[in-house]
Amino acid sequence: MGAGSIAIVGAAFLYAAILFLHGDLGFPVGLLSDYYFQVLMLAAINIIVTIGLNLINGFAGQFSIGQAGFMAIGAYVTAMLATFVVPIADFAVPFQILAFIGIVLVSGCAAGFVGYLVGLPSLRLKGDYLAIVTLAFAEVVRSIVRISDEISAGLAHIGLTKLAAQIGGIGGPRGFGGFPQLADIVIGPVRIPTLFTLIFISVVLTVVLARNLVYSSYGRAWLSVRSNELAAEVMGVNSTRAKVLAFVLSGFLAGIAGGYFAFVIRFLHPDSFSFLKSIEYLIFLYAGGAASLSGSIVAAGTLTILPEFLRVIGFDQWRLIAYPLLLIVIMLWRPSGLMGDREFRFLQNPKLRGRHAS
Amino acid sequence: MLLDLTGVQLSFGGLYALRDFSLSVGEGEMVGLIGPNGAGKTTTFNVISGLYPPSKGVVRFRDQDLTGCPAHEMAARGIARTFQNIRLFDRLTVLENVQVASHWRRGYRLWDAAFRNSRFAEAEQGSDEEAEALLATFGLYERKHERATSLPYGEQRRLEIARALASKPSLLLLDEPAAGMNPAEITALIALIARIREEFGISILLIEHHMHLVMGICQRIAVLDFGVKIAEGTPDEIRTNTRVIEAYLGEPVENERRQ
Repeated sequence: MGAGSIAIVGAAFLYAAILFLHGDLGFPVGLLSDYYFQVLMLAAINIIVTIGLNLINGFAGQFSIGQAGFMAIGAYVTAMLATFVVPIADFAVPFQILAFIGIVLVSGCAAGFVGYLVGLPSLRLKGDYLAIVTLAFAEVVRSIVRISDEISAGLAHIGLTKLAAQIGGIGGPRGFGGFPQLADIVIGPVRIPTLFTLIFISVVLTVVLARNLVYSSYGRAWLSVRSNELAAEVMGVNSTRAKVLAFVLSGFLAGIAGGYFAFVIRFLHPDSFSFLKSIEYLIFLYAGGAASLSGSIVAAGTLTILPEFLRVIGFDQWRLIAYPLLLIVIMLWRPSGLMGDREFRFLQNPKLRGRHAS
Repeated sequence: MLLDLTGVQLSFGGLYALRDFSLSVGEGEMVGLIGPNGAGKTTTFNVISGLYPPSKGVVRFRDQDLTGCPAHEMAARGIARTFQNIRLFDRLTVLENVQVASHWRRGYRLWDAAFRNSRFAEAEQGSDEEAEALLATFGLYERKHERATSLPYGEQRRLEIARALASKPSLLLLDEPAAGMNPAEITALIALIARIREEFGISILLIEHHMHLVMGICQRIAVLDFGVKIAEGTPDEIRTNTRVIEAYLGEPVENERRQ
């Protein structure tokens, strides 16, 4: 059995184990409270966003720091659609889930399209300058959400009352909550938590598809642009297209993750998507290792769960110190991130696997 | 003619890098481009490969006006080049470096790559085989899975040429391929360039400072000085051209001959 199949079976076991510990399989285990169950979902969401960021910053070698902006778009679009446009609360269970999947995909596409628009300046800007543009973009998104009441009033003024009511409904600086909850699927004693299952499938798909792309001519084009953009162009790589593609895919992934985020947290506030949130993803990316998918998984996973874990083992007061200290230790011990640019076996190039051990 | 530069002019600020420069390269021809440092040789390559749009003049390739086309489009049209200072992709293996250059005719789409379907598998296998055959020609096959920048200097230079050929060009621009090589390596390089012309049937435009290399293998030589073409002709004509000797050639030619 190949490393890839083993990894998929491993993921299935992990999924079953989490459900078992959460008490969903009919045994009242209860080792995993609802709160920690939620933390696991956030970890998975963060892995999706970090892998998306990795495509831009790690593989294509650009410097984007606006991931929270894409996430905000995904989160607000999903919440708005699910609350006002396609009120999924009114649907029967199977249709509700299908509608939610559709809504999340639409949100991903919306964020991907914005990724395209943000990617365009990357044709002319490099390094710090590009970073400033992406940072400004994320702040613009947040500010637009903040003034949603004013936008709503303006729309009402020109007669678009229905749209005005919907825009007004996202609450601006008061925050946006009360969106419908997804029903779980109950089969006898077994309860399948819908949201967790969708997030879990999404994170597995993200990892698999990202790996496939990285080891294709698309991934080679990204890495060639990162290595030497001028030579890449001369070798026939349309570096503009390669970079914009990275932005679109990255925006799409962050948008989907944002959609899930909205339903996990169940309350959105513009400040949830501040600069600090974008920085968090940069930390996940570089602590794990740029251009390593394994690094993104390890770092986003552990660094999301760790602060909560510290709380469990009685470091509640100290965790805010322990976390940054840990980051310092990681960066001193592994200056190019935990994984550097290496990959787990199942994430290595299938062509090279076995011939190259690293 | 395969390539026609007519009246090309390029200035940076008030400084002319190229002034009213014209040059033609015929099908299957091997042309040398020489001149003192800073004469505008690499600038000429940058214009032909689409990195600098000329401020005046026309670049025609296969009877099409390609003036101002971006570099990746020039590559797709059949113009490939190497760099004076090696510019390999340090993040990629030897094999992948070669494959990047055939990227634009990969034969599958994003969707195929994401789901690794049969179209992807076939196209990738074809790309692998093609790149491996090319590496074998250049004696780099054994090193195909190593990082490109871990190769010794001479092999990196060879890989640059192999990578340029991967796009199946009809015109190859070689920018000082012998730079930093010892006499034995240069002899091997001359044989290699001759073989490339034979096997791939392409035209070559060559910038080189090693005069016996240029004089030995080029049918025609153009001489640049301060962005102006001061002479053009057969190696024998250039060797005896007084303007060229004045500009810079006299002494080096004599020295090289004695070697």
